[in-house]
Amino acid sequence: MGFCIQEAQFNAILKEWQKQYHIYAPKVYKGGGRFSDTDCIRYGEISQINEIVFDRKSQYSFKEILTPVSQTLFYFTEGETKEADGPRKGAVLFLRSCDLHGLKRLDDMYLQNGPADYYYSRLRENIKIVLMGCGHSFENCFCVSMGTNQSTNYDLSIDRQEDGTYLADCRDPQWNRQLAEAGCASQEVVPQYVTENAVRVTIPETLTAEAADSRLWDQYDSRCIHCGRCNFVCPTCTCFTMQDLFYSENGKVGERRRVWASCMVDGFTDVAGGGSYRQKNGQRMRFKVLHKVLDYKQRNGYHMCVGCGRCDDICPEYISFSNCVNQLEEAMTEVKQK
Amino acid sequence: MDINTKGLKKNAFRITKERGLTASRIRVPGGHLDAKYLGKIQQIAETFGNGTVHITSRQGFEIPGIPFEKIPEVNKALQELIDGMEINQDEAGAGYPASGTRNITACIGNRVCPFACYDTTAFAKRIEKAVFPNDLHFKIALTGCPNDCAKVRMHDFGIMGMTLPQFEPDRCVSCGACVKACKTKSVEALKTVNYRPQRDERRCIGCGECVINCPNAAWTRSQKKYYRLTLLGRTGKKNPRMGEDFIKWADEDSIIKIILNTYDYVKEYIDPNAPGGKEHIGYIVDRTGFEEFKKWALRDVNLPDIAEVTTPVYWKGVKY
Repeated sequence: MGFCIQEAQFNAILKEWQKQYHIYAPKVYKGGGRFSDTDCIRYGEISQINEIVFDRKSQYSFKEILTPVSQTLFYFTEGETKEADGPRKGAVLFLRSCDLHGLKRLDDMYLQNGPADYYYSRLRENIKIVLMGCGHSFENCFCVSMGTNQSTNYDLSIDRQEDGTYLADCRDPQWNRQLAEAGCASQEVVPQYVTENAVRVTIPETLTAEAADSRLWDQYDSRCIHCGRCNFVCPTCTCFTMQDLFYSENGKVGERRRVWASCMVDGFTDVAGGGSYRQKNGQRMRFKVLHKVLDYKQRNGYHMCVGCGRCDDICPEYISFSNCVNQLEEAMTEVKQK
Repeated sequence: MDINTKGLKKNAFRITKERGLTASRIRVPGGHLDAKYLGKIQQIAETFGNGTVHITSRQGFEIPGIPFEKIPEVNKALQELIDGMEINQDEAGAGYPASGTRNITACIGNRVCPFACYDTTAFAKRIEKAVFPNDLHFKIALTGCPNDCAKVRMHDFGIMGMTLPQFEPDRCVSCGACVKACKTKSVEALKTVNYRPQRDERRCIGCGECVINCPNAAWTRSQKKYYRLTLLGRTGKKNPRMGEDFIKWADEDSIIKIILNTYDYVKEYIDPNAPGGKEHIGYIVDRTGFEEFKKWALRDVNLPDIAEVTTPVYWKGVKY
């Protein structure tokens, strides 16, 4: 059902939701940017609708809610272990369409790729999705090229109107009742989505792993600083590493946690015996790009990249993922000629 | 020709080596100005001067080749700049007042530079408002971070931006970027303990390299801005020397108060026979002892709890 929701009505609804759910949305962390007097927009808990940032893209994706940056799995001491507590509440996630498509990739990675991941499942099982409509494309977005510009698998969609009201399409029966009881005016609503981006990406049909031999990657040896920001902001990167740490005061007690890892950062390919692969930044870029637009599709049947463009937004060296992908056609021609 | 050279100098004009010709000295507080004023400076130089402009070592402009009799007209023409740059002035149309306290200089600061920890020009203008016009010889400079591109340690008061890094352990990805940056670009105040950085508070100089290099916003800047205040550096003939640390983690209000207090101190203790009524503050402190200076400087100053005051302060430098 479609509704027009007033700000006060929405805030009352959020208050109601908070009894059962943590509510996560992109919001401003004032002064939280890298540079002084700059802000950071990333996911955090909100309690008022006007905390949500609609007019800009979040720098970091929603994934940190479901796959925390650092997640303690269990605590250990001598012969015993104790599992870390699970979430006490469910979560309502405010996502744009690209991120909602990103969620499918997280699900496939953690739930379908072999046995379901227990720690992901328990965060994932009780979530609700609010789709944030996109009235226009942001810089570096290429969702249309990746086919992620539209989503239908939401519980509620919202589009912020200029007059401060929200147009919403609700697909959850309980929420439908709640909205009607709150007195929200019903009307026909179709969530906004973009049909065009300034950036277009073409992934060549002929793309194969042979592209790895192209000279294309060499430029990144010196351009890239292997900081890993592109991975950390990506809604589809899921790599993690394990850390067993022993508390300093009592070395018999400690915890195991899993922590985000990045295929761009030093140490990712270190192996027992001292081996380390992909030492050059260009090799790391190659691995990342071909994973996003080639390997993943070979296993899952669709591309991993959702075209949110956050990797381009965040790169301190102005390296563009989309521009790199658009060079793959030429790279294939080059390697075929060898 | 009858010219009061003392009055002329206090009006920010210079006695030059060419008899009858002066130069107009235009201060630009904080070293940042609207581009439209460059056109005005050009016009003054071409109308009254010899058509050239010198970019001064203290972030001003000096227009040479102006005949003395043109001073009133130049002062009128300068009014647009004085108004536009919000220079404190006793009498409109009378040009720049006073030339003792020098232009407050600043590096480009956080309006542009990624390393800067604050808006250097805005703070410079705030100090300008508090101290000008003033005949006493004070040199104040501001720099955005401990790189000290503005060379503030060559000034009586050197103000260096600092940020107190905030660490959110749960956002740390153990990539080591902060530890590496701190070691290679800064003071090695970070070491890795249990996969995460541990900050040595005594070593940290608040440069913000950890924040700049953290890829996941685990390190962020403090909401409050902090400063290192260095004291009594100077160039000059007798004993050029670098400014030494006085306060680490000072705040803006305290710094302004300390500068104003120092004006009172100088008025009390300046050598009454000092040439031109000017004496570098450092020589006065050498005479009274540091403790007396400190007593005056810190009067009614409420420093933040984390502020560290160095006392006594010793200077080195070249002595002739």
